[in-house]
Amino acid sequence: MQAGETAGSTAVALDHATVAFRLADGRVYTAVEQARLRIEHGEFVAIVGPTGCGKSTLLNVAAGLLRPASGTVRIFDSPLIGLNREAGYLFQADALFPWKTAIDNVAIGLEVKGAPRAHALERAQGWLTSVGLGAFGNRYPHMLSGGQRKRVGLAQVLIRDPKILLMDEPFGPLDAQTRQIMGNLLLELWNADRKAVLFVTHDLEEAIALADRVVIMSAGPGARIIGDWRVPLPRPRDISEVRMEKEFHALHREIWSVLKDEVMKGYAQSSQAVAEAV
Amino acid sequence: MSRAGLLLCQLLVAVVALALWQLLATVPIFGRLLLPPFFFSNPVDVGSQIVDWFARGVIWKHLLITLWESILAFTIGSLAGVMVGFWFARQPRVAAVFDPYVKMANALPRVVLAPIFTLWLGLGIWSKVALGVTLVFFIVFFNVYQGVKEVSPTVLANGRMLGMSERQLMRHVYWPSALSWMFSSLHTSVGFAVVGAVVGEYLGSAAGLGYLIQQAEGVFDVAGVFAGMFVLSAFVILIDLAVTKVERRLLVWRPDVVDDRN
Repeated sequence: MQAGETAGSTAVALDHATVAFRLADGRVYTAVEQARLRIEHGEFVAIVGPTGCGKSTLLNVAAGLLRPASGTVRIFDSPLIGLNREAGYLFQADALFPWKTAIDNVAIGLEVKGAPRAHALERAQGWLTSVGLGAFGNRYPHMLSGGQRKRVGLAQVLIRDPKILLMDEPFGPLDAQTRQIMGNLLLELWNADRKAVLFVTHDLEEAIALADRVVIMSAGPGARIIGDWRVPLPRPRDISEVRMEKEFHALHREIWSVLKDEVMKGYAQSSQAVAEAV
Repeated sequence: MSRAGLLLCQLLVAVVALALWQLLATVPIFGRLLLPPFFFSNPVDVGSQIVDWFARGVIWKHLLITLWESILAFTIGSLAGVMVGFWFARQPRVAAVFDPYVKMANALPRVVLAPIFTLWLGLGIWSKVALGVTLVFFIVFFNVYQGVKEVSPTVLANGRMLGMSERQLMRHVYWPSALSWMFSSLHTSVGFAVVGAVVGEYLGSAAGLGYLIQQAEGVFDVAGVFAGMFVLSAFVILIDLAVTKVERRLLVWRPDVVDDRN
């Protein structure tokens, strides 16, 4: 536990949060139903669920990008109004500003707050170095690989020093090796100051390897949180080594037995939807 | 094909075309000229006309006037296009109200406006600038409008999550996106600025390349017409080269521009 932290302070608290969308044909689609989720200060929580179950929806609610139809969202014990100013958000899709160089993309996080440009650039260079891209500051996003762009994105978010980190399948589009490297980088950076992290993924192995807690969602529509496991693996961890541990396998088997049914359900629903569309 | 080889072939096309022209315009075949000089002139006459213009220096005044008109038309048209495009994109209601009128104005062949502009603004450069502006404005307007509307929702959400205010979103997200669309249509809009200037001059003026061509035509000086056309082509190519240079500088961050031009 770190200095200055009040014990048990809750970074994100969702209570009975229900999210619904109005579809083009006028029907109401309930994406997430009655979700209750708490993320304590300094805790790394991963949300896993079948495709299209509303994991990202839940993340967007915590970010303040979406408003729940009912229920409450509290950030550090005060109700969330508008965007979540305490949170940094790492998107699944490319979200860098394509017209800015890597260093400008990172510096903008500080410049927005009114930091002098020279200072912002200096700090940005520091962050680029800590994500391993110190020599790539002058490159534009299209000149970087997918993994490098994610690194820049990570630096862009972290330079603002948010108290909460929201990540929406951030390593989804990357290849397996790059994912492991990025996972280790994330853990290393997170270990330095232990922000509250909400990490959405469809990859159960990734979730167990990274997180303190793994939360499982049911298949949509009306997805609910159906399970919550604590990961007993010690830290610091190495993503590729932790996968060899006996506890890892035991936990994986346990969670998968629950998740499997939901994945099948989700798969059946999406193939049914395709069949209807055809 | 190597660079030199390509250049050689390109030159060859010009030489063959000019030689054929010269031949058919001066050497009778079966007792008659296939290209009567009265209608087709010949390359030697056209060339000497061009040399004469440059030697006496009369051409510079006309070139400068056309260039100046084009620059003014491009600048004013672009500024207006950017401002209105931005305004419409950010105020969908305004855009919806004006939509049919914008379409109507854009559907109008701009040449018919030339007499009206001459009537309003006189025979000087401003009637030509006005004609160019009506052409440039719509290209820039549509591109900026599209650019602002099609900002990636993820990039926009990222800007919001990074704590940008509406003004900062404007500066760091909407503005660069709109400009990139505008720059990608730079060749077209600069081209249209020149078209506006030359057509305006042709329809009534006292100076400029269009005036030069029109004068030559008025006295059936075909060599003068062709000479004016060649000078005009060279002028447009030079401007286009300059635009390419500017474009490469401004759009370094875009992968496609650099790639598809080499």
